[in-house]
Amino acid sequence: MSDGLSGLPLYVPPKPRSLLEPHRLLLMAVFAGIILCAILFMRWDWLPTYGPRLLYGVWQTLVMLFWTASIGFLLAVPIGLVQVTGPRPLAWLARIFCTIIRGTPLLLQLWLLYYGLGSVFAQYPELRSSFLWPTLRQAWPYGFTALMISFAAYEGEVMRGAFAGVPRGELEAARAFGMSRWTAFRRIWLPRALHRALPTLAGETVLQLKSTPLVATITVIDVYAVISKVRQDTYLTYEPLLLLALIYLCLTAVLVVVFRYLESRIPTREA
Amino acid sequence: MSGNLHLLSLTPPGWGGVLLAGLFASLQLAVGGYLLGLVIGIGGAFGKLYGGPILRDLLEVYTTVIRAVPELVLILLLYYAGTDLINQLLALVGSPSVDISGLAAGIFVIGVVQGAYATEVLRGAIRAIPSGQVEAARAYGMSAVLALRRVTLPAMLPYAIPGLANLWMIATKDTALLAVVGFSELTLATRQAAGSTKAYMTFYLAAGVLYLMVTLVSNVIIALIERRARRGMPQTV
Repeated sequence: MSDGLSGLPLYVPPKPRSLLEPHRLLLMAVFAGIILCAILFMRWDWLPTYGPRLLYGVWQTLVMLFWTASIGFLLAVPIGLVQVTGPRPLAWLARIFCTIIRGTPLLLQLWLLYYGLGSVFAQYPELRSSFLWPTLRQAWPYGFTALMISFAAYEGEVMRGAFAGVPRGELEAARAFGMSRWTAFRRIWLPRALHRALPTLAGETVLQLKSTPLVATITVIDVYAVISKVRQDTYLTYEPLLLLALIYLCLTAVLVVVFRYLESRIPTREA
Repeated sequence: MSGNLHLLSLTPPGWGGVLLAGLFASLQLAVGGYLLGLVIGIGGAFGKLYGGPILRDLLEVYTTVIRAVPELVLILLLYYAGTDLINQLLALVGSPSVDISGLAAGIFVIGVVQGAYATEVLRGAIRAIPSGQVEAARAYGMSAVLALRRVTLPAMLPYAIPGLANLWMIATKDTALLAVVGFSELTLATRQAAGSTKAYMTFYLAAGVLYLMVTLVSNVIIALIERRARRGMPQTV
Protein backbone atom coordinates (compact mmCIF):
# COMPACT_ATOMS: atom_id res chain seq x y z
CA MET A 1 0.00 0.00 0.00
CA SER A 2 2.08 2.90 -1.21
CA ASP A 3 1.29 6.46 -0.30
CA GLY A 4 1.34 7.90 -3.76
CA LEU A 5 -1.33 5.59 -5.14
CA SER A 6 -3.95 5.89 -2.44
CA GLY A 7 -3.77 9.66 -2.24
CA LEU A 8 -3.95 9.71 1.53
CA PRO A 9 -0.44 9.65 2.90
CA LEU A 10 0.35 7.42 5.85
CA TYR A 11 1.10 9.05 9.15
CA VAL A 12 4.88 9.26 9.34
CA PRO A 13 6.07 9.25 12.93
CA PRO A 14 8.59 11.99 13.55
CA LYS A 15 12.17 10.85 13.29
CA PRO A 16 14.46 11.32 16.27
CA ARG A 17 14.78 15.07 16.43
CA SER A 18 18.00 16.70 15.52
CA LEU A 19 18.52 20.43 15.20
CA LEU A 20 21.08 19.95 12.47
CA GLU A 21 18.92 18.47 9.71
CA PRO A 22 19.47 20.37 6.47
CA HIS A 23 16.01 21.93 6.29
CA ARG A 24 16.30 23.09 9.88
CA LEU A 25 19.63 24.76 9.18
CA LEU A 26 17.96 26.54 6.26
CA LEU A 27 15.01 27.64 8.40
CA MET A 28 17.35 28.85 11.12
CA ALA A 29 19.29 30.86 8.57
CA VAL A 30 16.05 32.42 7.31
CA PHE A 31 14.95 33.30 10.85
CA ALA A 32 18.39 34.69 11.68
CA GLY A 33 18.10 36.84 8.56
CA ILE A 34 14.69 38.13 9.63
CA ILE A 35 15.99 38.96 13.11
CA LEU A 36 19.06 40.67 11.65
CA CYS A 37 16.81 42.76 9.38
CA ALA A 38 14.68 43.66 12.41
CA ILE A 39 17.77 44.74 14.33
CA LEU A 40 19.22 46.73 11.44
CA PHE A 41 16.16 48.36 9.94
CA MET A 42 13.94 49.01 12.94
CA ARG A 43 14.44 51.62 15.62
CA TRP A 44 15.92 50.37 18.86
CA ASP A 45 17.58 53.56 20.13
CA TRP A 46 15.00 53.82 22.93
CA LEU A 47 16.26 50.63 24.54
CA PRO A 48 19.07 52.10 26.70
CA THR A 49 16.74 54.81 28.06
CA TYR A 50 14.03 52.38 29.08
CA GLY A 51 16.20 49.36 29.92
CA PRO A 52 16.15 49.73 33.73
CA ARG A 53 12.41 50.38 33.73
CA LEU A 54 11.86 47.30 31.55
CA LEU A 55 13.82 45.16 33.98
CA TYR A 56 11.77 46.58 36.84
CA GLY A 57 8.60 45.74 34.88
CA VAL A 58 9.71 42.16 34.28
CA TRP A 59 10.46 41.85 37.99
CA GLN A 60 7.00 43.19 38.88
CA THR A 61 5.37 40.73 36.47
CA LEU A 62 7.27 37.82 38.02
CA VAL A 63 6.46 38.94 41.58
CA MET A 64 2.79 39.25 40.63
CA LEU A 65 2.84 35.82 38.99
CA PHE A 66 4.59 34.12 41.90
CA TRP A 67 2.40 35.45 44.67
CA THR A 68 -0.95 35.20 42.88
CA ALA A 69 -0.16 31.65 41.77
CA SER A 70 1.09 30.58 45.22
CA ILE A 71 -1.81 32.01 47.21
CA GLY A 72 -4.29 31.04 44.50
CA PHE A 73 -3.03 27.48 44.67
CA LEU A 74 -3.35 27.40 48.47
CA LEU A 75 -6.99 28.43 47.99
CA ALA A 76 -7.46 25.89 45.20
CA VAL A 77 -6.63 22.89 47.40
CA PRO A 78 -9.65 23.32 49.73
CA ILE A 79 -11.84 24.37 46.77
CA GLY A 80 -10.98 21.14 44.99
CA LEU A 81 -11.18 19.02 48.12
CA VAL A 82 -14.66 20.10 49.26
CA GLN A 83 -16.01 19.30 45.81
CA VAL A 84 -14.81 15.71 46.20
CA THR A 85 -15.50 14.91 49.87
CA GLY A 86 -16.95 18.03 51.46
CA PRO A 87 -20.48 18.50 52.77
CA ARG A 88 -23.08 19.28 50.09
CA PRO A 89 -23.50 23.03 50.72
CA LEU A 90 -19.75 23.64 50.69
CA ALA A 91 -19.34 21.57 47.53
CA TRP A 92 -22.08 23.56 45.82
CA LEU A 93 -20.56 26.84 46.95
CA ALA A 94 -17.20 25.81 45.53
CA ARG A 95 -18.79 24.68 42.28
CA ILE A 96 -20.75 27.94 41.90
CA PHE A 97 -17.58 29.93 42.62
CA CYS A 98 -15.65 28.03 39.94
CA THR A 99 -18.47 28.36 37.39
CA ILE A 100 -18.85 32.10 37.88
CA ILE A 101 -15.14 32.89 37.76
CA ARG A 102 -14.46 30.57 34.84
CA GLY A 103 -17.55 31.78 33.00
CA THR A 104 -16.69 35.48 32.85
CA PRO A 105 -13.68 37.23 31.32
CA LEU A 106 -10.82 38.14 33.65
CA LEU A 107 -10.76 41.67 32.24
CA LEU A 108 -14.37 42.17 33.35
CA GLN A 109 -13.62 40.77 36.84
CA LEU A 110 -10.63 43.08 37.09
CA TRP A 111 -12.64 46.15 36.15
CA LEU A 112 -15.51 45.05 38.39
CA LEU A 113 -13.14 44.91 41.36
CA TYR A 114 -11.20 48.08 40.56
CA TYR A 115 -13.93 50.42 39.33
CA GLY A 116 -16.96 48.77 40.95
CA LEU A 117 -15.63 47.80 44.36
CA GLY A 118 -13.37 50.83 44.39
CA SER A 119 -16.34 53.16 43.95
CA VAL A 120 -18.32 51.31 46.63
CA PHE A 121 -15.41 51.55 49.08
CA ALA A 122 -15.11 55.26 48.45
CA GLN A 123 -18.66 55.80 49.72
CA TYR A 124 -17.81 54.77 53.27
CA PRO A 125 -16.17 57.56 55.27
CA GLU A 126 -15.17 55.07 58.02
CA LEU A 127 -13.13 53.16 55.45
CA ARG A 128 -11.64 56.32 54.01
CA SER A 129 -10.30 57.37 57.38
CA SER A 130 -9.08 53.89 58.35
CA PHE A 131 -5.48 52.70 58.09
CA LEU A 132 -6.46 50.46 55.16
CA TRP A 133 -7.32 53.34 52.85
CA PRO A 134 -3.79 54.16 51.59
CA THR A 135 -3.59 50.55 50.40
CA LEU A 136 -7.12 50.39 49.02
CA ARG A 137 -6.58 53.56 47.02
CA GLN A 138 -3.86 51.92 44.99
CA ALA A 139 -4.54 49.69 42.01
CA TRP A 140 -2.39 46.67 42.81
CA PRO A 141 -4.56 45.13 45.58
CA TYR A 142 -7.41 44.85 43.07
CA GLY A 143 -5.21 43.42 40.33
CA PHE A 144 -3.67 41.01 42.80
CA THR A 145 -7.08 39.86 44.10
CA ALA A 146 -8.53 39.37 40.62
CA LEU A 147 -5.55 37.31 39.43
CA MET A 148 -5.50 35.28 42.63
CA ILE A 149 -9.23 34.48 42.52
CA SER A 150 -8.99 33.54 38.85
CA PHE A 151 -6.07 31.18 39.49
CA ALA A 152 -7.86 29.65 42.49
CA ALA A 153 -10.97 28.93 40.41
CA TYR A 154 -9.17 27.37 37.43
CA GLU A 155 -6.80 25.43 39.64
CA GLY A 156 -9.62 24.39 41.97
CA GLU A 157 -11.21 22.61 39.04
CA VAL A 158 -7.89 20.90 38.25
CA MET A 159 -7.41 19.85 41.88
CA ARG A 160 -10.96 18.47 42.00
CA GLY A 161 -10.08 16.15 39.14
CA ALA A 162 -6.73 15.29 40.71
CA PHE A 163 -8.22 14.46 44.11
CA ALA A 164 -10.98 12.39 42.50
CA GLY A 165 -8.42 10.55 40.35
CA VAL A 166 -6.34 9.13 43.21
CA PRO A 167 -7.23 5.40 43.41
CA ARG A 168 -9.51 4.66 46.34
CA GLY A 169 -7.42 1.63 47.30
CA GLU A 170 -4.45 3.85 48.21
CA LEU A 171 -6.60 5.91 50.58
CA GLU A 172 -8.12 2.77 52.07
CA ALA A 173 -4.65 1.32 52.55
CA ALA A 174 -3.58 4.47 54.36
CA ARG A 175 -6.60 4.24 56.66
CA ALA A 176 -5.91 0.52 57.19
CA PHE A 177 -2.42 1.42 58.35
CA GLY A 178 -4.11 3.38 61.12
CA MET A 179 -3.40 6.84 59.73
CA SER A 180 -5.85 9.48 60.86
CA ARG A 181 -7.83 11.21 58.11
CA TRP A 182 -5.54 14.24 58.31
CA THR A 183 -2.35 12.16 58.16
CA ALA A 184 -3.70 10.14 55.24
CA PHE A 185 -4.53 13.40 53.48
CA ARG A 186 -1.13 14.91 54.18
CA ARG A 187 0.93 11.82 53.39
CA ILE A 188 -1.02 10.10 50.62
CA TRP A 189 -3.92 12.00 49.11
CA LEU A 190 -2.37 15.45 48.64
CA PRO A 191 1.03 14.29 47.31
CA ARG A 192 -0.59 11.83 44.89
CA ALA A 193 -3.06 14.47 43.69
CA LEU A 194 -0.25 17.01 43.29
CA HIS A 195 1.70 14.51 41.25
CA ARG A 196 -1.27 14.01 38.94
CA ALA A 197 -1.96 17.74 38.69
CA LEU A 198 1.61 18.89 38.06
CA PRO A 199 1.56 18.82 34.23
CA THR A 200 -1.75 20.72 34.19
CA LEU A 201 -0.42 23.06 36.86
CA ALA A 202 2.47 23.93 34.55
CA GLY A 203 0.04 24.83 31.77
CA GLU A 204 -2.15 26.85 34.12
CA THR A 205 0.84 28.80 35.41
CA VAL A 206 1.79 29.72 31.85
CA LEU A 207 -1.82 30.86 31.32
CA GLN A 208 -1.54 32.90 34.51
CA LEU A 209 1.67 34.53 33.23
CA LYS A 210 -0.23 35.45 30.08
CA SER A 211 -3.03 36.98 32.17
CA THR A 212 -0.73 39.28 34.15
CA PRO A 213 -0.53 42.06 31.50
CA LEU A 214 -4.26 42.67 32.02
CA VAL A 215 -3.47 44.42 35.31
CA ALA A 216 -1.80 47.15 33.28
CA THR A 217 -5.30 48.25 32.21
CA ILE A 218 -5.94 49.37 35.79
CA THR A 219 -2.63 51.29 36.00
CA VAL A 220 -0.54 48.64 37.78
CA ILE A 221 3.03 48.89 36.52
CA ASP A 222 4.29 45.66 34.97
CA VAL A 223 6.39 44.97 31.89
CA TYR A 224 3.37 45.50 29.64
CA ALA A 225 2.73 48.90 31.18
CA VAL A 226 6.36 49.91 30.63
CA ILE A 227 6.09 48.92 26.97
CA SER A 228 2.86 50.91 26.65
CA LYS A 229 4.72 53.91 28.03
CA VAL A 230 7.47 53.39 25.44
CA ARG A 231 4.87 53.25 22.68
CA GLN A 232 3.29 56.48 23.87
CA ASP A 233 6.61 58.29 24.16
CA THR A 234 8.22 57.16 20.92
CA TYR A 235 5.18 56.69 18.65
CA LEU A 236 6.58 53.31 17.60
CA THR A 237 4.00 50.60 16.93
CA TYR A 238 5.85 47.39 16.29
CA GLU A 239 9.28 47.48 17.91
CA PRO A 240 8.15 47.65 21.56
CA LEU A 241 5.43 45.05 20.99
CA LEU A 242 7.86 42.66 19.30
CA LEU A 243 10.28 43.05 22.19
CA LEU A 244 7.39 42.42 24.60
CA ALA A 245 6.45 39.24 22.73
CA LEU A 246 10.08 38.12 22.94
CA ILE A 247 10.20 38.82 26.68
CA TYR A 248 7.06 36.75 27.26
CA LEU A 249 8.44 33.95 25.08
CA CYS A 250 11.55 33.82 27.28
CA LEU A 251 9.51 33.93 30.50
CA THR A 252 7.29 31.10 29.26
CA ALA A 253 10.34 29.06 28.31
CA VAL A 254 11.80 29.56 31.79
CA LEU A 255 8.52 28.49 33.41
CA VAL A 256 8.31 25.38 31.25
CA VAL A 257 11.88 24.41 32.13
CA VAL A 258 11.28 24.98 35.85
CA PHE A 259 8.16 22.80 35.82
CA ARG A 260 9.87 20.08 33.79
CA TYR A 261 12.61 20.04 36.43
CA LEU A 262 10.01 19.78 39.20
CA GLU A 263 8.27 16.92 37.38
CA SER A 264 11.55 15.08 36.95
CA ARG A 265 12.14 15.34 40.70
CA ILE A 266 9.12 13.16 41.39
CA PRO A 267 10.02 9.50 40.99
CA THR A 268 7.57 7.54 38.84
CA ARG A 269 7.53 3.85 38.18
CA GLU A 270 6.67 4.34 34.51
CA ALA A 271 9.77 6.39 33.87
CA MET B 1 -27.48 49.70 43.94
CA SER B 2 -31.06 48.45 43.50
CA GLY B 3 -32.00 52.06 42.80
CA ASN B 4 -29.83 51.88 39.70
CA LEU B 5 -31.77 49.10 38.02
CA HIS B 6 -33.68 51.57 35.84
CA LEU B 7 -30.35 52.33 34.18
CA LEU B 8 -30.49 48.85 32.66
CA SER B 9 -33.75 49.46 30.80
CA LEU B 10 -33.55 48.91 27.06
CA THR B 11 -34.74 52.37 25.96
CA PRO B 12 -32.27 55.27 25.78
CA PRO B 13 -32.29 56.69 29.28
CA GLY B 14 -31.21 53.18 30.26
CA TRP B 15 -28.11 51.50 28.87
CA GLY B 16 -29.54 48.00 28.46
CA GLY B 17 -29.74 48.34 24.68
CA VAL B 18 -26.07 49.35 24.50
CA LEU B 19 -25.09 46.33 26.57
CA LEU B 20 -27.12 43.97 24.38
CA ALA B 21 -25.56 45.47 21.24
CA GLY B 22 -22.18 44.88 22.87
CA LEU B 23 -23.13 41.29 23.63
CA PHE B 24 -24.17 40.80 20.01
CA ALA B 25 -20.82 42.19 18.82
CA SER B 26 -18.99 39.89 21.26
CA LEU B 27 -20.91 36.86 20.00
CA GLN B 28 -20.19 37.77 16.37
CA LEU B 29 -16.49 38.03 17.22
CA ALA B 30 -16.50 34.77 19.12
CA VAL B 31 -18.36 32.79 16.44
CA GLY B 32 -16.33 34.26 13.58
CA GLY B 33 -13.01 33.86 15.35
CA TYR B 34 -13.86 30.34 16.46
CA LEU B 35 -14.83 29.21 12.95
CA LEU B 36 -11.69 30.77 11.46
CA GLY B 37 -9.69 29.09 14.21
CA LEU B 38 -11.28 25.73 13.36
CA VAL B 39 -10.35 26.09 9.68
CA ILE B 40 -6.77 27.03 10.60
CA GLY B 41 -6.74 24.21 13.14
CA ILE B 42 -7.84 21.54 10.66
CA GLY B 43 -5.24 22.73 8.15
CA GLY B 44 -2.60 22.98 10.87
CA ALA B 45 -3.34 19.54 12.30
CA PHE B 46 -3.11 17.86 8.89
CA GLY B 47 0.00 19.86 8.09
CA LYS B 48 1.62 18.74 11.34
CA LEU B 49 0.65 15.10 10.82
CA TYR B 50 1.13 14.61 7.09
CA GLY B 51 3.10 17.65 5.92
CA GLY B 52 6.72 17.84 4.85
CA PRO B 53 9.50 18.60 7.33
CA ILE B 54 9.59 22.34 6.61
CA LEU B 55 5.83 22.74 6.95
CA ARG B 56 5.91 20.82 10.22
CA ASP B 57 8.64 22.98 11.69
CA LEU B 58 6.90 26.18 10.61
CA LEU B 59 3.63 25.02 12.17
CA GLU B 60 5.53 24.11 15.35
CA VAL B 61 6.90 27.65 15.49
CA TYR B 62 3.39 29.06 14.91
CA THR B 63 1.74 27.05 17.68
CA THR B 64 4.61 27.57 20.14
CA VAL B 65 4.83 31.33 19.67
CA ILE B 66 1.07 31.92 19.74
CA ARG B 67 0.66 29.82 22.86
CA ALA B 68 3.58 31.42 24.69
CA VAL B 69 2.73 35.10 24.13
CA PRO B 70 -0.17 36.72 26.02
CA GLU B 71 -3.36 37.12 24.01
CA LEU B 72 -3.41 40.81 24.88
CA VAL B 73 -0.01 41.36 23.23
CA LEU B 74 -0.98 39.25 20.21
CA ILE B 75 -4.19 41.20 19.80
CA LEU B 76 -2.32 44.50 19.84
CA LEU B 77 0.29 43.18 17.39
CA LEU B 78 -2.09 41.48 14.97
CA TYR B 79 -4.78 44.15 15.17
CA TYR B 80 -2.41 46.89 14.10
CA ALA B 81 -0.08 44.78 11.99
CA GLY B 82 -2.94 43.01 10.20
CA THR B 83 -4.72 46.17 9.13
CA ASP B 84 -1.41 47.87 8.31
CA LEU B 85 -0.26 44.95 6.19
CA ILE B 86 -3.46 44.85 4.13
CA ASN B 87 -3.25 48.57 3.46
CA GLN B 88 0.40 48.30 2.44
CA LEU B 89 -0.44 45.43 0.09
CA LEU B 90 -3.24 47.52 -1.38
CA ALA B 91 -0.82 50.42 -1.80
CA LEU B 92 1.56 48.10 -3.67
CA VAL B 93 -1.21 47.10 -6.05
CA GLY B 94 -2.07 50.76 -6.42
CA SER B 95 -5.57 50.76 -4.99
CA PRO B 96 -6.54 53.26 -2.29
CA SER B 97 -6.31 52.17 1.32
CA VAL B 98 -9.44 50.85 2.93
CA ASP B 99 -10.74 51.19 6.44
CA ILE B 100 -10.80 47.66 7.77
CA SER B 101 -13.74 47.19 10.08
CA GLY B 102 -12.92 46.47 13.69
CA LEU B 103 -15.07 43.37 13.47
CA ALA B 104 -13.08 41.84 10.60
CA ALA B 105 -9.77 42.65 12.29
CA GLY B 106 -11.06 41.26 15.58
CA ILE B 107 -12.25 38.03 13.97
CA PHE B 108 -8.86 37.68 12.28
CA VAL B 109 -7.02 38.16 15.57
CA ILE B 110 -9.18 35.74 17.57
CA GLY B 111 -9.03 33.25 14.69
CA VAL B 112 -5.23 33.25 14.52
CA VAL B 113 -4.97 32.75 18.29
CA GLN B 114 -7.63 30.04 18.34
CA GLY B 115 -6.03 28.35 15.33
CA ALA B 116 -2.88 27.54 17.28
CA TYR B 117 -4.79 25.89 20.10
CA ALA B 118 -7.21 24.16 17.69
CA THR B 119 -4.24 22.71 15.77
CA GLU B 120 -3.03 20.94 18.90
CA VAL B 121 -6.51 19.74 19.92
CA LEU B 122 -7.32 18.36 16.47
CA ARG B 123 -3.90 16.80 16.03
CA GLY B 124 -4.40 14.84 19.23
CA ALA B 125 -7.91 13.84 18.18
CA ILE B 126 -6.79 12.61 14.75
CA ARG B 127 -4.02 10.59 16.35
CA ALA B 128 -6.62 8.94 18.58
CA ILE B 129 -8.60 7.48 15.66
CA PRO B 130 -7.87 3.76 15.33
CA SER B 131 -5.67 3.60 12.24
CA GLY B 132 -7.71 0.70 10.85
CA GLN B 133 -10.63 3.03 10.15
CA VAL B 134 -8.60 5.32 7.89
CA GLU B 135 -6.96 2.33 6.22
CA ALA B 136 -10.39 0.80 5.59
CA ALA B 137 -11.52 4.03 3.93
CA ARG B 138 -8.42 3.91 1.77
CA ALA B 139 -9.04 0.25 0.95
CA TYR B 140 -12.52 1.18 -0.30
CA GLY B 141 -10.81 3.46 -2.78
CA MET B 142 -11.94 6.77 -1.26
CA SER B 143 -9.96 9.80 -2.35
CA ALA B 144 -8.09 11.73 0.32
CA VAL B 145 -10.74 14.46 0.53
CA LEU B 146 -13.57 11.93 0.66
CA ALA B 147 -11.87 9.92 3.38
CA LEU B 148 -11.27 13.14 5.30
CA ARG B 149 -14.91 14.18 5.01
CA ARG B 150 -16.51 10.77 5.58
CA VAL B 151 -14.14 9.08 8.03
CA THR B 152 -11.39 11.15 9.62
CA LEU B 153 -13.36 14.26 10.59
CA PRO B 154 -16.47 12.46 11.97
CA ALA B 155 -14.36 9.82 13.71
CA MET B 156 -12.13 12.31 15.48
CA LEU B 157 -15.09 14.43 16.67
CA PRO B 158 -15.75 12.57 19.95
CA TYR B 159 -12.08 12.90 20.89
CA ALA B 160 -11.91 16.55 19.89
CA ILE B 161 -15.13 17.84 21.42
CA PRO B 162 -13.93 18.38 25.02
CA GLY B 163 -10.94 20.37 23.76
CA LEU B 164 -12.99 22.26 21.19
CA ALA B 165 -15.63 23.09 23.80
CA ASN B 166 -12.89 24.50 25.99
CA LEU B 167 -11.67 26.59 23.06
CA TRP B 168 -15.16 28.00 22.50
CA MET B 169 -15.24 29.13 26.13
CA ILE B 170 -11.82 30.74 25.70
CA ALA B 171 -13.01 32.43 22.49
CA THR B 172 -16.03 34.00 24.19
CA LYS B 173 -13.84 35.31 26.98
CA ASP B 174 -11.00 36.46 24.71
CA THR B 175 -13.39 38.80 22.91
CA ALA B 176 -13.27 40.95 26.05
CA LEU B 177 -9.61 41.70 25.32
CA LEU B 178 -10.61 43.61 22.19
CA ALA B 179 -11.93 46.27 24.55
CA VAL B 180 -8.28 47.27 24.98
CA VAL B 181 -7.91 48.16 21.28
CA GLY B 182 -11.18 50.09 21.42
CA PHE B 183 -13.53 47.66 19.73
CA SER B 184 -16.95 48.24 21.24
CA GLU B 185 -17.93 44.79 22.45
CA LEU B 186 -19.67 43.94 25.71
CA THR B 187 -16.84 44.79 28.11
CA LEU B 188 -16.07 48.17 26.54
CA ALA B 189 -19.79 49.02 26.24
CA THR B 190 -20.09 48.20 29.94
CA ARG B 191 -17.17 50.42 30.78
CA GLN B 192 -18.65 53.32 28.82
CA ALA B 193 -22.06 52.84 30.42
CA ALA B 194 -20.53 52.60 33.88
CA GLY B 195 -18.28 55.60 33.29
CA SER B 196 -21.06 57.92 32.18
CA THR B 197 -23.58 56.91 34.85
CA LYS B 198 -21.14 56.26 37.73
CA ALA B 199 -23.15 53.10 38.52
CA TYR B 200 -20.08 50.89 38.24
CA MET B 201 -21.29 47.92 40.25
CA THR B 202 -24.65 47.70 38.47
CA PHE B 203 -23.20 47.58 34.99
CA TYR B 204 -20.23 45.31 35.67
CA LEU B 205 -22.47 42.83 37.48
CA ALA B 206 -24.99 42.97 34.63
CA ALA B 207 -22.25 42.28 32.08
CA GLY B 208 -20.99 39.44 34.26
CA VAL B 209 -24.47 37.91 34.22
CA LEU B 210 -24.62 38.21 30.41
CA TYR B 211 -21.24 36.48 29.99
CA LEU B 212 -22.26 33.82 32.47
CA MET B 213 -25.47 33.17 30.56
CA VAL B 214 -23.49 32.71 27.35
CA THR B 215 -21.30 30.17 29.17
CA LEU B 216 -24.20 28.27 30.71
CA VAL B 217 -26.19 28.11 27.45
CA SER B 218 -23.02 26.98 25.65
CA ASN B 219 -22.55 24.25 28.24
CA VAL B 220 -26.03 22.86 27.55
CA ILE B 221 -25.54 22.94 23.78
CA ILE B 222 -22.09 21.36 24.04
CA ALA B 223 -23.50 18.53 26.16
CA LEU B 224 -26.10 17.86 23.44
CA ILE B 225 -23.50 17.91 20.66
CA GLU B 226 -21.20 15.64 22.63
CA ARG B 227 -23.99 13.13 23.22
CA ARG B 228 -24.72 13.08 19.51
CA ALA B 229 -21.04 12.77 18.52
CA ARG B 230 -20.46 9.96 21.00
CA ARG B 231 -23.47 7.87 19.94
CA GLY B 232 -22.36 4.37 19.13
CA MET B 233 -19.30 4.66 21.33
CA PRO B 234 -18.85 2.82 24.64
CA GLN B 235 -20.67 4.67 27.42
CA THR B 236 -18.02 4.54 30.10
CA VAL B 237 -15.44 7.25 30.03
